[in-house]
Formats: sequence, C-alpha cells, structure tokens
Amino acid sequence: MRYLIIGNSAAAIGAVESIRPRDREGEITILSKEPYYAYSRPLITEYIADVFRDEDLTYRGPDFYRENRIQVHLGIKARAVNPKNRVVLTEDGTEHPYDRLLIATGGTPIVPPIKGLDKEGVFTCTTWDDSKAIKALLPRVKRAVVVGGGLIGVKAAEGLYEAGVHVTIVELLPHIMGRILDAEGAYIFEAYLKGKGLGIITGETVVEALGNGRVEGVRLASGDTLPCDFLIIAVGVRPNVEEVVEGSGIRVNQGILVDRHMRTSVPDVYAAGDVAEGDEMLVREKRVIALWPVAYRQGKIAGLNMAGEDREYEGGFPQNTVSVLGLTTITIGFTEPPEPNGYKVLMRRGPGENDYKKLIFKGDVLEGAILVNSIDRAGILTGLIRARTEIGSNKERLLDTRLGLTALPRAWRKEKLTQPV
Amino acid sequence: MKRVYPREEVCMGCKLCEVACIVEHSLSKDIIKAYKEERPRTLSRARVEEEGPVSFSIMCRHCIDPECLEACITGALYRVNGDGPVLVDPRRCVGCWMCVMACPYGSIELDSRNGRRVISKCDLCPDRRMPACVDACPNRALFYEER
Ligand SMILES: Cc1cc2nc3c(=O)[nH]c(=O)nc-3n(C[C@H](O)[C@H](O)[C@H](O)COP(=O)(O)OP(=O)(O)OC[C@H]3O[C@@H](n4cnc5c(N)ncnc54)[C@H](O)[C@@H]3O)c2cc1C
Repeated sequence: MRYLIIGNSAAAIGAVESIRPRDREGEITILSKEPYYAYSRPLITEYIADVFRDEDLTYRGPDFYRENRIQVHLGIKARAVNPKNRVVLTEDGTEHPYDRLLIATGGTPIVPPIKGLDKEGVFTCTTWDDSKAIKALLPRVKRAVVVGGGLIGVKAAEGLYEAGVHVTIVELLPHIMGRILDAEGAYIFEAYLKGKGLGIITGETVVEALGNGRVEGVRLASGDTLPCDFLIIAVGVRPNVEEVVEGSGIRVNQGILVDRHMRTSVPDVYAAGDVAEGDEMLVREKRVIALWPVAYRQGKIAGLNMAGEDREYEGGFPQNTVSVLGLTTITIGFTEPPEPNGYKVLMRRGPGENDYKKLIFKGDVLEGAILVNSIDRAGILTGLIRARTEIGSNKERLLDTRLGLTALPRAWRKEKLTQPV
Repeated sequence: MKRVYPREEVCMGCKLCEVACIVEHSLSKDIIKAYKEERPRTLSRARVEEEGPVSFSIMCRHCIDPECLEACITGALYRVNGDGPVLVDPRRCVGCWMCVMACPYGSIELDSRNGRRVISKCDLCPDRRMPACVDACPNRALFYEER
C-alpha cells in the first residue's frame, strides 16, 4: 500500500501515527513545501523574541521519520492531484503515485484589500519562515501595527511586544479575540493587555500602508494615521485549497468537503486539518475548524480509515487555550448561546480580578464554556461537551472555583473510573 | 495495561496517596526532606476530591485514546511503546496548557513554580513495582491492576 500525504503538520502527523502501527509494511511518503520537519505552528510568534527556540518548536524530529520509515520530501511543493492516474505532481516535475492520498495542506493567511501592501516591512505571520523574516528585521524596528485581533493577531502582537517592539493592534470588530471569547472575556483581555502597554484600537481598520518602499505608517478607515515600521497582517487563515485541489474534481466549499470517514468526494482521497471542512458537532453542519487538536484528530481518523479500519469522526468543536503575556483563557464550544431560546447561561466574575467563568447549557447538556485566568481542570468541561453528558441538577456546581468530578453524577464516575477508558 | 482505579466507597479522604506521590516524585524520596527542605515542594499527581461523605483519589487514567496527546503542540506528551503509560517529557513541555483543556478527568496539573511553565501528571511510578499512592492507601481504596 502506498500512502501519500501532502502536508507535514498536525493533521499529517496524526495520520502517520495511526497508519504506521496498523500497516508496518506500507510506504508512507510526505510532501511538504516548508523545508522543516514537523514544527509547532502555534509557537512561531514567541520564536520572534526567543521565548521559544528551535528545539521548542520541534514537534517531531528526524528520529520520528526514521523510526516510522517515512519518505519525507521537505521544501517540495505539490501542484496538482490527478485522481485518474492516482498521482500527485510536485513543482519539480515529479509524479508521486498513491493508493491512498491525504491532503493536509492547512491554511493560507487571508490578506484583505489594503492599499500599498507591496512595501518592505509588511508580513503575514503563519509560518516559521514568517517569524524568521520578522526576527531578522527586528533591529531596525520600533513600532508595529498588527491588523487583526484574533488568535494569530494577539499572538503576533505578543511576540513583537516581548521583543521590545511597541505594538498596536487594529481590530475591525468591537472587541479583540471576538471569535474566541464573548464581550466580557474580551474586555478582561483588553484591559489587561492595555495595562501592559499594548495598543488596542477596535472598530477600526487599516486601509493603506504608507511609505516609500518601506512601510512607515498606516492610514485607518477614519482617516487617522499611525506611524509604524512593521505591518503584520493577521486577519485569519482560510483553507489552502488552490495549490493542489483546483482542477482535480475534488469537491470544495470553504474547505475540502469530507464525510465522517474524512473521505473527499474522490475515491481514496482524504483530507484533514485546516484545509478540510468536516462535521462540527455543536452546530451540526460542516465547518472549517482551524485548530491544532482538531487537525490532529481529523488526521488520525483519516489515517485509521486509510489503513483499512472503519472509524467515524464524531465531529469537532472550537477549543482554544490562549495565553497572552501571562493571562490565559480556555474556551470550548459556544461562547454565546447560538439562539435565544432553549439555552441557559451561568456566569461568575472573580474572586481574582481577571477571573471569569461562563457556562452555556442546552437543556441538561453543556455546549459552551469560557474560563479566564483560572483554568485548572478545564478539560472536565471539554469532556462533558464532547460526551453530551446529562448534567442534571448539578449545573451550578460546575461554576465552582474548584471544579471537580464530585460535581458529576455518580453514574458518570462509576462508568469512567472503574474500567479502562 | 495496569492502571490505578479508585474506589470511592471506601476512600475516607486521608490524602496519604498525595503524600506518597509527593515523596516518590521528590528529589530525595525522603518524606521529611520532601516536605521541609525541597523548595518548591513537589506537586502531587494524585488529587483527592472531597465533598461531604464522598471522596476519592483521581489521577491520569492513561486513556486508551488519550485526548491530551492529540492536543499537545510540542510532542512533550507521549505514550510508551504505543500502549504503555502516557508520560510527559518536561524538557519539551512549554506550558501551553492545551492538554489541560483536553483532559476529561482534570488530571493534568499546571506547574509554574520554578518560573517555567510545565505540566505534571501521573507516571505510574516507573521506579516502583506498585505505584506509591496505591501502596500508601490504608483502606485499599486504590487498586493497581489490569481490567
Ligand atoms: C500564529 C498561530 C498561532 C496559533 N495558535 C494556535 C493555538 O494556540 N491553538 C490551536 O489550537 N491552534 C493554533 N493555531 C492553528 C494551528 O496551528 C493549526 O490549526 C494547525 O497547524 C493546522 O494543522 P494542519 O496540519 O491542518 O496544517 P498546517 O499546520 O497549516 O500545515 C500545512 C502543511 O502543509 C504543507 N503544505 C501546504 N501546501 C502544500 C503544498 N502545496 N505542497 C506541499 N506541502 C504543502 C505545509 O508545508 C505544512 O507542512 C495557530 C496558528 C498560527 C498561525
């Protein structure tokens, strides 16, 4: 059996780690356009200020590829999938045959229509090479503007801040971290980050990069200008579908559409991770969920099926752990009730200044949780959401500062703690 | 594989499992030194939960399909020999707390005591035949066995 994987990150590794134990003989080939062994994408921003170094970013080193006998082609870009001949064409003109193919090409940064982005000093921030390029210019940089206050934007701002750069985030929505947190949680982060000296402008956007050859400032929609010698575009990522999927006949909506087995519309072609649009468990629709644990899980399920097992993906949901300059939040599932009826929301502020907790129930089932600052044992809530556990009358107890398994029904403990799980 | 199973019916919440865990994972493995001298004090990876008459000790379940492994962004969490204990390599842990978000049993401890963020979790006591917590339990409220 010849397994071919395009991509070499969370989803790809998840696949390898489920294929190899089940098929000791099969050939596994990985194509990666980035010239690195699998690294930790979420850590690239703190590489800028040397908080994390090369060894910290290593997710799976050379040993992993050797031990699993993976043919890995680094720095090689795939250009097209040809399902009829069962080959993938790479940019060096080679055709790579496959019996089972996994497309795990991840995301590409979204670049909004801002004038003058061709200047020096303008970056996106989604790859290790982006971080390296940013880092190389640091000695010449004093001020940065980050467009976008989502996950990548705040992490990029943090990285630059740690490197001693004066940073301002410009966010179009009324709050930063709008897709991760509710307004209350976002407000806590804004106050905290502003207190650290980070600039945050919300309800505003950058329309033009100013300067002569090099970026010297930005013009905002309001007409105001901000000086800067670094402009980071961090408004998010979208599935990287153009590079290999176009023209292949593989069905795409926002991402590559996959069924519960992570199969695409074309036989023996699977997709997983940020490039895929699979089942979302809470909204019960197909969605792109561009998060690391989801990518790994989808890759793992794809791998199991590629290796001949019959495993269905139970569907993913948002699950974020984000620390910015020492303040941490974990959010899981919905951050607001998706509709006004049928949901119950419990909330608590304190006891600490930045402590905030919110739970969203649909009937007796937890469907969303926000924890700011106190995050101890947050996974208990993730588990309840995933398993759709009926919580009964104990809802308030899940709001306790000391979250524990005593708050769960005894039957739950009997089931989970007396046998292998 | 053998795992530790709590029995809440006979646990009285004495927390000797926590003491034993702390001592076993201390530098000296000596109870007095572990409590009185070593700073910061080792964290227990077993946690006694108590509420009224209900109490039990809970630690990593070494799940068949561990969520923590899937969430780990550095590769610090790994499984020994494919189906052995789930362990953490503290040198590779950056304290991102993704596994804390993922663990449905709340059995991964946050450890920022040395100014460096890492996690700490049950390792089933690799230096012992029987995990220290199980040995220490006066009520046989912890079992270490194959089920
Ligand atoms: C700055 C930043 C911070 C983040 N923080 C978090 C976080 O805290 N928590 C979280 O859950 N998620 C976070 N994410 C998201 C997370 O990194 C992604 O969800 C995850 O990396 C997706 O994995 P993936 O395997 O789908 O693809 P990716 O990680 O996007 O990797 C795609 C792979 O495909 C390869 N590739 C792409 N195109 C081709 C081609 N044409 N030919 C050959 N190879 C190709 C690339 O080289 C790469 O190896 C963050 C992302 C960024 C950018």
